Amino acid sequence: MLEIGLAHYLIVAAVLFTMGIFGIFLNRKNVIVIMMSIELMLLAVNINFVAFSTHLGDLVGQVFSIFILTVAAAEAAIGLAILVIYFRNRGSIAVEDINVMKG
Amino acid sequence: MIIQALVFYVFAAVTIAAGLMVITARNPVHSVLFLILAFFNAAGLFVLMGAEFLAMILVVVYVGAVAVLFLFVVMMLDINVEKARQGFKKYLFIGGAIGLVLLVELVLILSSVVSTDVSVVASVPIPAIDDVHNTRALGQVLYTKYVYLFEASGMILLVAMIGAIVLTLRKREGVRRQVIADQVNRSREEAVEIKKVSSGSGI
Repeated sequence: MLEIGLAHYLIVAAVLFTMGIFGIFLNRKNVIVIMMSIELMLLAVNINFVAFSTHLGDLVGQVFSIFILTVAAAEAAIGLAILVIYFRNRGSIAVEDINVMKG
Repeated sequence: MIIQALVFYVFAAVTIAAGLMVITARNPVHSVLFLILAFFNAAGLFVLMGAEFLAMILVVVYVGAVAVLFLFVVMMLDINVEKARQGFKKYLFIGGAIGLVLLVELVLILSSVVSTDVSVVASVPIPAIDDVHNTRALGQVLYTKYVYLFEASGMILLVAMIGAIVLTLRKREGVRRQVIADQVNRSREEAVEIKKVSSGSGI
């Protein structure tokens, strides 16, 4: 209990990842909170990478985590830009209004 | 050891609580602020694991750039909070059920992984902290062995930057802009008019 090992970090990451999925279900009408849930999931993945990196004594996990941070930043920038132009065109970002391509 | 465990439990508890508040907060602005709190505490967990550079990067990139971008967009867009909350209770049960199943699966998997003895040969062993500190060790790997991936991630950021600019740039009607080509192309005839002024009468 007081000896903090790999399993503790992995459980924290698993709970955080589950929370991200739960958030996507819970806020199905709100795109911004869905994107925040995705950020939470990426954070959980990063915690997993770093935990295994320190546990196995291998630096590659931390290198990979840096790349994940990069891609997450790019994803957030593009996603929010799409959101802004969508709001500018339609005046709403409610998920159920985004159905133009449904045919 | 006791202090380390105590610090871990505090950071982990605050991270998970903040994550829960992110997905349940009524106001999206509060969600972003709780996201920032979650990132800060995750950075604390990273420091505890001995990844100081990643912790600092997490604070700088996530809190300084991504979360502020989220805050900016949330405040710029006019979100109907009540409409966005519709179906919250309807999806609470199904979402909770699926989340619970996933969590149980994850815990089962990692309990089986952790129980087995993981003996691998590290491709890049972490050097002793007294010889080389974390930032230097990461740099020594990142700029040599993974330099192509590093360049590729730079290209991804460049493409994302150009994409965001192209997406959000717009030409608005009724806004007068400077067109330098038009200015340079003006001839003397359309710019200057010569009038014969007789003395004493004015134009």
